[in-house]
Amino acid sequence: MRTQTDDSTIMVSAKNLVKQYPIRGVLPFVSAGAKTVVEGVSFDIPRGKTLALVGESGSGKSTVGLMLLGLLPITSGQAYFKGKDVTTGNRSPELRRQMQVVFQDPYASLNARMTVREIITEGMMIHRIGADEQERVERATQLMGQVGLPPTALDRYPHEFSGGQRQRIAIARALSVGPEFIVLDEPTSALDVSVQSQVLNLLRRLQRENGLTFLFITHNLAVVEYLADEVCVMEKGKIVERGTVDQIFDTPQQEYTRKLLGSIPSLDPDARRLVPV
Amino acid sequence: MLLQVENLKTYFHTPRGIAKAVDGVSFSVEKGETRAIVGESGCGKSITALSLLQLVPEPAGYIESGRILFEGKDLLDRTWEQMREVRGDDISMIFQEPMTSLNPVYTVGWQIEETMRAHGKNAATARARALELLDRVGIKDPSGALRQYPHELSGGMRQRVMISIALANRPKLLVADEPTTALDVTVQAQILALIRELQKETGMAVLLITHDLGIVAEVADTVSVMYAGQVVEDAPTRELFKNPRHPYTRGLFASLPARNRRGQDLATLEGVVPDSAAWPKGCRFADRCKYAWESCHTIAPTFHPNGSDRPVRCHLYDPNISGRPSRLPWLTELPVTADLVEAAKL
Repeated sequence: MRTQTDDSTIMVSAKNLVKQYPIRGVLPFVSAGAKTVVEGVSFDIPRGKTLALVGESGSGKSTVGLMLLGLLPITSGQAYFKGKDVTTGNRSPELRRQMQVVFQDPYASLNARMTVREIITEGMMIHRIGADEQERVERATQLMGQVGLPPTALDRYPHEFSGGQRQRIAIARALSVGPEFIVLDEPTSALDVSVQSQVLNLLRRLQRENGLTFLFITHNLAVVEYLADEVCVMEKGKIVERGTVDQIFDTPQQEYTRKLLGSIPSLDPDARRLVPV
Repeated sequence: MLLQVENLKTYFHTPRGIAKAVDGVSFSVEKGETRAIVGESGCGKSITALSLLQLVPEPAGYIESGRILFEGKDLLDRTWEQMREVRGDDISMIFQEPMTSLNPVYTVGWQIEETMRAHGKNAATARARALELLDRVGIKDPSGALRQYPHELSGGMRQRVMISIALANRPKLLVADEPTTALDVTVQAQILALIRELQKETGMAVLLITHDLGIVAEVADTVSVMYAGQVVEDAPTRELFKNPRHPYTRGLFASLPARNRRGQDLATLEGVVPDSAAWPKGCRFADRCKYAWESCHTIAPTFHPNGSDRPVRCHLYDPNISGRPSRLPWLTELPVTADLVEAAKL
């Protein structure tokens, strides 16, 4: 697909990202202050790597993803994509093509009134990929193969598919426009484990084959351990600790990280750690 | 034996025909025991739990047959009115979503006391016990919390309130249906520890419905693994984790992500669960099973194959089935759980 580039190139970077929401006061049009949900978040994601953003609900991890994608305005700080400042202003269609997203709930993220063919070719049409409808459908058929769905799936509607299949449709849609960076916002949280493993294998393979860069937002630490290169632990809008998987899981430095890791159920009935024996 | 479920069948009328959501489920729970029912979405585990209290949504759903012996007496002999004496008293239940199971227009105190009033306690006793319960489940300002409404509480706090309600009448059996699925891991750890502590104090038994093998490892004494409306494997937790027998159980373990599985593909179970309105006549897992042979597609496996101390619903363990390999096919494979256990120790 694309030519191999230097692995050390930074694909995406966040510099001091801040998100504040105004608090509504008694007077109209006058804000009573601001609530800060993301506070000075910075990180770099090298090309072809996976950065995991972990934290509990309300930690601001999804907000960071949405800001990078340009789906939420950034209050302050900068976002860079391939070295270019993308913090403000309208994003070019080309930029939007290069950054895609897969959301948590494949039941909510696919338009129930569109066939899979329409869902997958819509992005291609907007970004003028493929000369005509026939070429786009050909590419859609290829994508179906890539994500492990039969080509006949194209003529069906989302409700005809299971959760795991829908998530694969959502992934195929993200891939359809040839992105370089994908924000994965809890992509397996709604799935059963046996289906989760299919999606994780698929993501790993696609990353390998296409050199994709991932921002993986999740609360599932087992998935992080398995998939991520680097980890940022978020608490209350701030990154409290960052490091490689080995660093974070073997030698956590912060109290909060230790608490988080200590809360994962052990898979050894002889080494229970959450409950009094 | 506190609870003994025998050959429970719960069916639903659907446009596709009769969906056999729970199709011949048997298990038992001893006094003070924690039994986990584990399985993936649609396997029938929640319907099994609802069936115990006859809370299956009617008229679509109905209990076709089976016995639910609680302290030796069949709960299915009871009328709806008679069941109300059992619910929230001898057997109580907590659900996954503590927001939808609490009533938004009544205070927390009212809801905890309601359970006790419904079972004949006077208002003063109920109020005192409600305070005691809220304090016990770790709510900091119990008397203040009594006057609060559910929306004023966080998810973890709501689940604590649900537990207070469930424990109000000192049940002998607590049915917990995915009690921590909607909660953050740190809160989950607190709630699981709380349930365990309360269980040790009161000696109640717990039937825990979950999809999370980690939770099973943490709290369960025994496990029933469900697939397609049936129990496919029943084992003490330690045994199951040491040596899962059913190919489905093995597949579940092998599909779990873990650090020492980095860089390798995880095992997958290809295919989907068959339609509950038309279960295949052979083994229900056969289409997804990599070990299946002809007999698997034609003969339904029984739950007590000969020569096995631990019940498994699989022809591989049944010497009377033809075409069965003489050795278990995975004896040459790597164990599916040893690396997980090792990872857990790290």
